[in-house]
Amino acid sequence: MTLNNFLILSAFLFCTGLYGTLARKNAVLVLMSVELMLNAVNINLVAFSAFHANVTGQIFALFLITIAAAEVGVGLAIVLLIYRNSRSVDLEQADQLKG
Amino acid sequence: MPVVLSTMVAQTVAFWFLAVVMAVAAIGVVRSQNVVHAALYLVVVLAGAAAQYILLVAEFVAWVQVLIYIGAIVILFLFGIMLTRAPMKPEGKLDNHQRGAAAVVSLFLFGVITALLVDAYGNQQIHPTTKLVAIGSSANVASAMFRHYLVPFEVVSMLLLAALVGAVVIARRD
Repeated sequence: MTLNNFLILSAFLFCTGLYGTLARKNAVLVLMSVELMLNAVNINLVAFSAFHANVTGQIFALFLITIAAAEVGVGLAIVLLIYRNSRSVDLEQADQLKG
Repeated sequence: MPVVLSTMVAQTVAFWFLAVVMAVAAIGVVRSQNVVHAALYLVVVLAGAAAQYILLVAEFVAWVQVLIYIGAIVILFLFGIMLTRAPMKPEGKLDNHQRGAAAVVSLFLFGVITALLVDAYGNQQIHPTTKLVAIGSSANVASAMFRHYLVPFEVVSMLLLAALVGAVVIARRD
């Protein structure tokens, strides 16, 4: 296994997540794409942990999983609030802050 | 040494199989026109990532990935989907008009990152030795976390508590 196999897979997942974040209208789907990007970073961390034979990368991956869980919790709460206020999770309609 | 060689071939085959499945499912997440299907594709990607961690001899992280991501986060997403869908109304289009630009940006970024990685790391190998098994074991991960990363661990637990309270406050009906 070359290191680059994992890093390029992770880059692919990250760019797919970026595409989803930019191109989706539904707020829940945007959050899912953000999860894809966070997961890509995790693969990088674990791959480097194996490459350097050092546990630090795995510890950081665990921290990242925790932060992803917190992010989804708060993110979905915000999406629920948007839905409750405007009966839609379409991000193009969520423009109340537009000047 | 033929045994080592055949192990390496098996690892490479497993990697490519998982990588192709993950790539297809990731495209499914961002292209599917059904929100629930997108969530199920996300499960495939996350399970593939857990399998890659096993391949990288990080068993503790792999099982945490299965428990937290597939067990908790995807369920949270499914709740989010169920709570934000008007029952009788058909879903409109899920993509906005900047699809083309988004595709160009992400393909460009992928090209740049790939070129950089090939330039920086070339053909360097990961050697899955028995040392890695000891490193990825839960005993070693736990001792590293509680010996060297105790303060970050406490900070992250405070963050989780803050996020929990924040989510309750935001989503509360009053």
